[in-house]
Amino acid sequence: MTTPIPAGADRQSLIRARGLTKKFADFVAVDAIDFDVAPGESFGFLGPNGAGKTSTMRMIGCVSPITGGELSVLGMNPASDGARIKARLGVVPQQDTLDMELTVRENLIIYGRYFDLGRRAAGIKADELLEFVQLADRAGSQVDSLSGGMKRRLTIARSLVNDPDLLLLDEPTTGLDPQARHLLWDRLYRLKQRGVTLVLTTHYMDEAEQLCDRLVIMDKARIVAEGSPKELIERYSTREVLELRFPVGVLETLETELDGLADRIERLPDRVLLYADDGEAAAAVAHARGLRPETVLVRRSSLEDVFLRLTGRTLIE
Amino acid sequence: MTAVTRPGAAPRVRSPLAGGARHVFEYKARVYRRVWRGSIFSTFLSPVLFLAAMGIGLGGFVDHGNAIASLGGVSYAAFLAPGLLAAQGMQTATSESTWTVMGGFTWDRTFHGMYATPVTVAGIVFGQLAWVAVRLTIVAGAFFLVMLAFGFVASPLGVLGIGASVLTGLAFAAPITAFAAGRKNDTAFSVIFRFFITPLFLFSGTFFPIEQLPALIQPIAWLTPTWHGVALARGLSLGTIDPLGAVIHLAVLAGYIAVGLVWALLAFRRALSK
Repeated sequence: MTTPIPAGADRQSLIRARGLTKKFADFVAVDAIDFDVAPGESFGFLGPNGAGKTSTMRMIGCVSPITGGELSVLGMNPASDGARIKARLGVVPQQDTLDMELTVRENLIIYGRYFDLGRRAAGIKADELLEFVQLADRAGSQVDSLSGGMKRRLTIARSLVNDPDLLLLDEPTTGLDPQARHLLWDRLYRLKQRGVTLVLTTHYMDEAEQLCDRLVIMDKARIVAEGSPKELIERYSTREVLELRFPVGVLETLETELDGLADRIERLPDRVLLYADDGEAAAAVAHARGLRPETVLVRRSSLEDVFLRLTGRTLIE
Repeated sequence: MTAVTRPGAAPRVRSPLAGGARHVFEYKARVYRRVWRGSIFSTFLSPVLFLAAMGIGLGGFVDHGNAIASLGGVSYAAFLAPGLLAAQGMQTATSESTWTVMGGFTWDRTFHGMYATPVTVAGIVFGQLAWVAVRLTIVAGAFFLVMLAFGFVASPLGVLGIGASVLTGLAFAAPITAFAAGRKNDTAFSVIFRFFITPLFLFSGTFFPIEQLPALIQPIAWLTPTWHGVALARGLSLGTIDPLGAVIHLAVLAGYIAVGLVWALLAFRRALSK
């Protein structure tokens, strides 16, 4: 576990990136980004597919050489100290890399061996981690027979086999059902409480709000915003959103009726979103102007609103 | 950047032997422990069938004055058996280094899993090939026992044919492992078997002396690791090996292994470290 940083000492960054760049031939995957991750923090990369999140994670994980800029992880240089850095990292990759031919418990033991744990120590660690991710009753099962959620839990257990100081999670809950996601969030939250620094990528806004103290939003290889979920909502959205849904064809006929109703108005094919600090008040004004939507919904602004504002609504393939 | 984030606890970073090669080897051995029953049949039975059919059946048919003289005064079975011993190394090594290796990158992605740990590219390559060497030793050992049981080994040196078979296998395993590391799909593997392994098996002196081949083709056989492995194993088994010939055979096999190793290191680095 991480020793608390002595009061008054400089808060040395666990990860420090300046102008970090990754290129594949002519394609720029990560374009000169700056960020710092402090010890004990849980830090998120949000962004649509192809924004450069995974490339960034792979550079931090010392499996992808940087093309430009600076990167230091745990105070070391990934280019020269890769193996020493990896000894203190836990990695949950986007695609599982479990050994299908081995049992659940053997998967953990062999992974412990890669970190040079003794056979006995690896066995003890394996049993402890199986308890932690609630897979003890499946210890002797072949990995093939596990559900997606179980495999993901096993991958997370495996990433903890070396008691990492820094845990890298690349879309840890993509494709899982809500029960499995909540169990994983609970385990990750416990790790955070133990002082493990978490860095994760996700495109689930609720996941980011649940887990991240601080996050950056990436789009087209660049960081477009940075802050806590709350700060980002305050900065890029209003307190509330009023959603008015109109029958097909009506929305196109509206012209000036919506003007001035809110700080920002967004027309979607089937409804109109009015970003306002007081949604009810805006709804009342709309009603007074004679607008008769099919449904009226006032809700709090979410990270999703921020995300869509910053990265656009166009489908990203 | 010099300070480490944990002032108290110095991290225990003991560099694993050759970047974790022994752990990668242990992984392969653990997998084998789960699947060995499936391979025991082919490991023992195929040499028995081959030696019985070719050595006794075909051998009994062709063994007469002329043939025995042209084989240097030995029975066809005694001529054939060490050749098969070496050639089988080539086939075992090729099957252990194609789908398994590609799968480690594209199916299970186990090599990516290893590379996320302190295990290095060199550790993965050496661990993988060390395991193939052990597999080759098991297969060649079993084959040699069958040869011995049939009475097809003329010289006590014949036992060294196991080593010749392992080296022949590695001369294929190293470059094929490198080749497999870069594959996105497995279509190339059947090409390897059809257009390289099968012709090499048939025309590299295993079943008949390469002097039987057209004079133009003979030099091609000299370039192949198979012919050198077969000649080495045969010379040892028949006790006719001359030291200079043995050194040349060993040097050629070592050369293939060395080039294959360097290629494998580069190919694994390219595949893992993008």
